[in-house]
Amino acid sequence: MDTFLLIGITGIGLGALYFLVAAGLSLIYGLMGVLNFAHGSFLTVGAFVGLWFSSQVMHVSNTWTFIGAMVLGGLAAGLFALLVERIVISRLYERHIDQALVTVGIALVVGAVLAGWFGSDLRLLPTPSWFINTVSIGSAHIPVDRFLYIGVALILLLANTILLRFSRIGLVIRAGVENRQMVAALGINVRLAFSTVFFIGGFAAGVGGVLVSAYSNGVSPLIAGSYLIYGFIVVVIGGMGSVPGSFLAAMIIGIIKQYANYYSPGLGDFVVVFLLAGVLLLRPQGLLGKVKA
Amino acid sequence: MNVLSVRDLNVKINESHILHGVTFEVPTHSVTALLGRNGVGKSTTLKAIMGLYPSSGLIELNGQSIAGKLTYKIAQDGIAYVPEDREIFASLTVKENLSLATRDENDLERQELVHALFPELTTRAAQRAGTLSGGQQQMVAIARALVNQNEIILIDEPTKGLAPKLVTEVADALGRVAGATTMLLVEQNLPLVKRIAQHVIVMDQGRVVFQGGPENLHDPEWVHAMLGVSGGHK
Repeated sequence: MDTFLLIGITGIGLGALYFLVAAGLSLIYGLMGVLNFAHGSFLTVGAFVGLWFSSQVMHVSNTWTFIGAMVLGGLAAGLFALLVERIVISRLYERHIDQALVTVGIALVVGAVLAGWFGSDLRLLPTPSWFINTVSIGSAHIPVDRFLYIGVALILLLANTILLRFSRIGLVIRAGVENRQMVAALGINVRLAFSTVFFIGGFAAGVGGVLVSAYSNGVSPLIAGSYLIYGFIVVVIGGMGSVPGSFLAAMIIGIIKQYANYYSPGLGDFVVVFLLAGVLLLRPQGLLGKVKA
Repeated sequence: MNVLSVRDLNVKINESHILHGVTFEVPTHSVTALLGRNGVGKSTTLKAIMGLYPSSGLIELNGQSIAGKLTYKIAQDGIAYVPEDREIFASLTVKENLSLATRDENDLERQELVHALFPELTTRAAQRAGTLSGGQQQMVAIARALVNQNEIILIDEPTKGLAPKLVTEVADALGRVAGATTMLLVEQNLPLVKRIAQHVIVMDQGRVVFQGGPENLHDPEWVHAMLGVSGGHK
């Protein structure tokens, strides 16, 4: 029972990391129809800026340093995402093949530049000392960092919900997901909403990059790869454009993967792909996605 | 004085030449009806004016060219658009649909006008627009155009698919605002056109083939020849 609980909470923690990667992807695809393969590079940029702040600026590993790394990593990734949208993507709306080619190119270039600069080896991200602590629930000892991942994911979900439900830009984004042309016909510059979504998506990915690095015990230019793939799977299962759907899907995937890997080592990825196939067959719009009219 | 001038408007979509040198004018404070059989390019004309389709030619709003502008800037210049399929935001509430369209929150006069024309929308403010009936959705679509002080409203078949009672309601609402605003109205419902239009433009195969007053709409032979429908009364 304790192992069952431990794996379950660890799975939720892993799901939280998937959600941080997938939230931006979901919004970016849902609103703009942009298949953004450069999203992983936002995560990597956030991770490296977080590493730079923790190791080069602060020289001390404590809670505030780590919070600063998350915020700065998020801001840097958000700004990088904004630049990518303004300079490249904004010229390629409605040109989906070109978008895919260019964003794959950006991901490769960012990975190569960072690898050339820092090398491909894992570089240790300083974390607060309490990261190695555990919390006892019953007789299960849960690593305390898992609760941080879950907490940050919940904060992001809440912030997203508040932004989308109660702000003017959120109203524009929700309307834009349904019908971009009509939003423009009402006199609203949808592209401003697009840029905002890219920034928010990049910020979430950047924060996710720092947390993924903490989870993986280090930063590397290659760190985004598997998380980006899982991010896409989460978006498809949760429903394109639905952030709550992404949250639900990320949690389901994290938990199922952890249980599958424990009870049948190595089976986790297969089970997730099986789940993806099942959702695509039975509910192609995803768990909380809407069928486009 | 003309609010809108369209000259030599051409639209090509996927190698198909849809509009061929469409030319017409819409006078201030009038309702101009754009008529014609299905598929002659009426909706395309409205979309081209809104910048939703790429086009060539001259489009002027109050003497200023708007051709080639982005759609949102055309709308900000004062052209409101009520599309054929309403295109309300189904997942948003009625209030959110109207709030999204409102450019000046302090223009209480316009908001009161909308509430006076469509009191039902006030009582259904918190309802998701996608759950409204077709007639109510049409009211939302028209209300979105009326919440701002616009130079002209382009309305595409506002009574299409509505039950007769709702057609009357929508027609009444349009009739009440007709005197205070300029409208370019695409409509198949000839009684409505006869009731509110002061000018008529007829299109055929992507071209304007008639411009003039609405008197001819009372001539069944003219109506049949021009529009392919019966409906005129001598």
